Formats: sequence, structure tokens, C-alpha cells
Amino acid sequence: MLRDITLGQYYQTDSVIHKLDPRVKLIATICFIISLFVVKSWVGYAIAAIFLAVSIKLSKVPFKYMIKGMRAIVFILLITVVFNLFLTPGEVLVSVWKIRITKEGLQTAVTMAVRLSFLIVGSSIMTLTTTPNSLTDAMEKLMKPLKVFKVPVHEVAMMMSIALRFIPILLEETDKIMKAQIARGADFESGNLIKKAKAMVPLLVPLFISAFRRANDLAMAMEARCYRGGEHRTKMKPLKYAGRDRIAYGVLAAYFAVCIVIGIYL
Amino acid sequence: MGIIKTDRLVFEYIRRDEEGNVEGITRAVDEVDLDVQKGEFVAILGHNGSGKSTLAKHINAILYPTEGSVWVDGMDTREDKDLWNIRQEAGMVFQNPDNQIIGQVVEEDVGFGPENMGVPTDEIWERVEESLKAVGMYQYRKFSPNKLSGGQKQRVSIAGVIAMHPKCIILDEPTAMLDPNGRREVVRAVRALNDVEGITVLLITHYMEEIIHADKVFVMDKGKVAMQGTPREIFSQVEKLKQLRLDVPQVTLLAHELKKSGVDLPAGILTVEELTQALEHAQKHKH
Repeated sequence: MLRDITLGQYYQTDSVIHKLDPRVKLIATICFIISLFVVKSWVGYAIAAIFLAVSIKLSKVPFKYMIKGMRAIVFILLITVVFNLFLTPGEVLVSVWKIRITKEGLQTAVTMAVRLSFLIVGSSIMTLTTTPNSLTDAMEKLMKPLKVFKVPVHEVAMMMSIALRFIPILLEETDKIMKAQIARGADFESGNLIKKAKAMVPLLVPLFISAFRRANDLAMAMEARCYRGGEHRTKMKPLKYAGRDRIAYGVLAAYFAVCIVIGIYL
Repeated sequence: MGIIKTDRLVFEYIRRDEEGNVEGITRAVDEVDLDVQKGEFVAILGHNGSGKSTLAKHINAILYPTEGSVWVDGMDTREDKDLWNIRQEAGMVFQNPDNQIIGQVVEEDVGFGPENMGVPTDEIWERVEESLKAVGMYQYRKFSPNKLSGGQKQRVSIAGVIAMHPKCIILDEPTAMLDPNGRREVVRAVRALNDVEGITVLLITHYMEEIIHADKVFVMDKGKVAMQGTPREIFSQVEKLKQLRLDVPQVTLLAHELKKSGVDLPAGILTVEELTQALEHAQKHKH
């Protein structure tokens, strides 16, 4: 079931990328995504591909493992490619009955495919090499300036990490409720989509009730342990930049600059 | 004055109907006087709905008294300025281990309390190490809480409270959701804290076996303290405990029945060893 989704789940090994500060990885991912949309020429894509390949190599995550979790996204990718391929007007290359493939269509389809697949692989490198917890830490730290605008940065980060902690617990609970309902004759398998969706109602109601109860308990437990928001709080694992993080920022800046130059002139 | 003291504590739940009119008032805690001395192991017994959990939540300033007062180490729980000091000094462990572990890694969860208190980073690590060692969970520090058993999770929760360096710990039915093995693990950890670290323990439970080692026992019924005394004094009143719908340990029950049918035994026998000794003694006297 949901448990089988491997897309972007943390992969435990010991690599340079794993050791990088999560803030570096977060910023690098954002820069990489922007660079994909800045460049328009084959040279640019080639540079992006090299950057990506080096990162994959350095992360020590097996490429196969990375690809395995992506089957669901291949479907979305295909739809985009097909729509672009057949529906873009322009100079006709092949024409069979009412279906036409244009030169422009082919071009956008290929670039879209390259962009999307690079984007997915690029961002999955980040999630594969960073624990969800350090990722939320990084977000909290990077978004701190937003506090000036009264954005509850700490609270949002706390909510995210609690949500992550409760995903397996709630999944287990769903499983339990499902089995309890099946034992009493509930049918989640047969029927069309609407019928299946309706069968979910007796599953969701108890799940929601229990989630609220858990939330209430957890809030009480947090208060009992002196939780009072982000003020006066110290960190057990504070984020600190090391030498390799500065090098990584340098490499990233160089890559980003090259991409922008290529995007403008080529 | 002891470390925890309540004076004629009353707490009322107000039930309201859909329009917000008062439908009825339930007195969950009714004029309870409690006085716990530093270093004591105190047990509070009671069946479901006897008000024991409501009482516990007062000591951590999660609930405030309707009437009467609660003092923790001389601080009134109704004083807002002392709120965080009270919560630090009187740590609380709840029933469901899953709903009180916040961190995704054991050590991070134990560090949560000290983080909230603003303890410097180096000291947090020291505290985490020392409290995980105190409950015997140090080798699991890098584990995800989801991979632990119920008893282990509850020990992590206890470590999370100890890391805040409290003077007393209130455990609100910490073993209710555990299997017998997990129960034993947790009770052993709690006793060690009381014996070795000298932390005052307030254990709320409905398992009789867990209170044998307590210094003092309060039995609650309908929000009132129905009985109080040492475990031996409590267990010697088997009939009264039965009236309060509480089970007596099997050995105590057996001794009680034997005594009723004429065997010469002292009242309030708690362990198997005591019973065998008393029986041998009784036999000798017969001859």
C-alpha cells in the first residue's frame, strides 16, 4: 500500500552529500530547479546533466534505487510528453489521419521530458540524502527572516516534523481499522470508483476521531514538557556550516552563474 | 510542607448542551488533601473514573483547581509566573506512549524537554545521555520510536522527563497499555529512579502489584480519598477494597481467605515469601 512508496525516502549511507548541511542541499535543489528553466539550449542541458550525474555519483545512492520509486511519476511524464507532442501547432513533420506531429511539438516534448525528469531526480537526491528532521530544521533556519512579517516559522517547522513522526502511526492505525471493518463484513475492494470512495467513509471517520484524540494528548504532553513555542528554545543539534559546505556553495554558485550566462547568450 | 500538597482540592467538569447551557456538573475531584514528602514513593489507586487522572493533571498545572489549592515545592499552581518552573519540577508521564513521544529519534525526543527549557546544547547532550542510561535505554538512542516495544517507549518517555531534572515525577497509568513484561520493565525503572536518584514518585495505577513497594498509598473513589496508609494497611482491608471494585493481589487474597477460615495469619500479606513464612510460623505454633 502507501508504505511501498520509496520516492524520496531517506537512504542511509555515508557520503559527502549526506554530510552536507541540509541548508546547502535545500538551496542547491532550488537553484538547480531554477537553472533547468533558465537554460534553453542543448549545451545548458548537458551542463545540468553533468551536475546531476556528479551529485548522484557523490551521494552513493544506487541509481536503480532512485529510479525504482518513480514509476508513478513516469505516468505523469508520459501524459505531458504526449500532449506536447500532438497538440503543439507548427511545421508538420509526420501526419497520420488527424494526428500531426510538428517540429515545435517534438522540441517542447523532449525539453519538457528532460526538464521534468531532471527536476524529479534532482529533488529526490535531496530527500534521499537528508533526514526529514534536518530538512525541517533547515527550513526553519532559512525562513527565519520571514518572522519579521509575522510568519510562524518555528510553528510550521514543528508541525511538519510532528506530521512526519505520526505518518507511520496513522498508517498502522488505518490498517487496524480496515481489518476491523473487514472482519465485520466491510468491502473495500469491489465496485466502481464511487462505491470504493463511499466505502472509505467508515474508515475515515474513526481515523479522524483518533487523530484528533492523539493531537489532544500530544499537545498536553508537549505542554507538560515545558513547550511554549520557539522563544527561549535551544537546539540539541544546531546547524553549523563546515568547510565542505562552503566548498559546496562555491561549486553551486559557479554552476548557477554558468547556467545563467548560457541561458542569456545561447 | 511536602513537595506536593493539595488543600481541599475540588475540580468540577461542567457539561454543556449544544447551546452552551450548563447541563450538569461533575465533581471529578472532591476535597482531596494530599501531602507528599520529598523522596517518597506514593501510589494513587482507583478504578476508572475515580478522579485519579484528573488529580494528576492538577499537579502539573495542566488543570487548575475549581476550589482549594495545589502547591508544588511551595509554588501555587495558579500563579502564572511559576507555571514553567512547576512543569519542570513536576514531570509527567502519560498513559499512551505513542502520543507523548515527539522526536523521530529516541535521543531527540529525550532532548525535547531541555530544549524547551533553553538548556545550552552541550548540557542537553549530557542530560540525554545520563537520563537514557538511568532507564537502561542508552543503546537505543539512535532508534526510531516506532521500532520500540511499548515498555521501551514508556521508558523513553520517562527518560524525557528525567532529562528536565525534575524533583518529582507523576506517572499517570504508565503501564495501562502495556503487556506484563513491559509493565515490569517500567515499574523497575521507576523504582530505580526513586531508590537511586531520590526522585519523588507519584504513581497512578489500577494494578495492585505495582504499589506493593510504595511508601504510602491513597485509594480514590468518586473523587474522594477513600483510604490511605501503607500498602500493608491498605491490603489488610480486603473487604473494603472489594467494595471499591479493586482487585487485591492473589497472595493477599489467599491469605485473607485462609485467615477467614481459621488459619492464624497476620493481616496484609503482600508477597509469596511472606505468606510461606507466616504459614510455617503458624504450623510451628500449632504443634
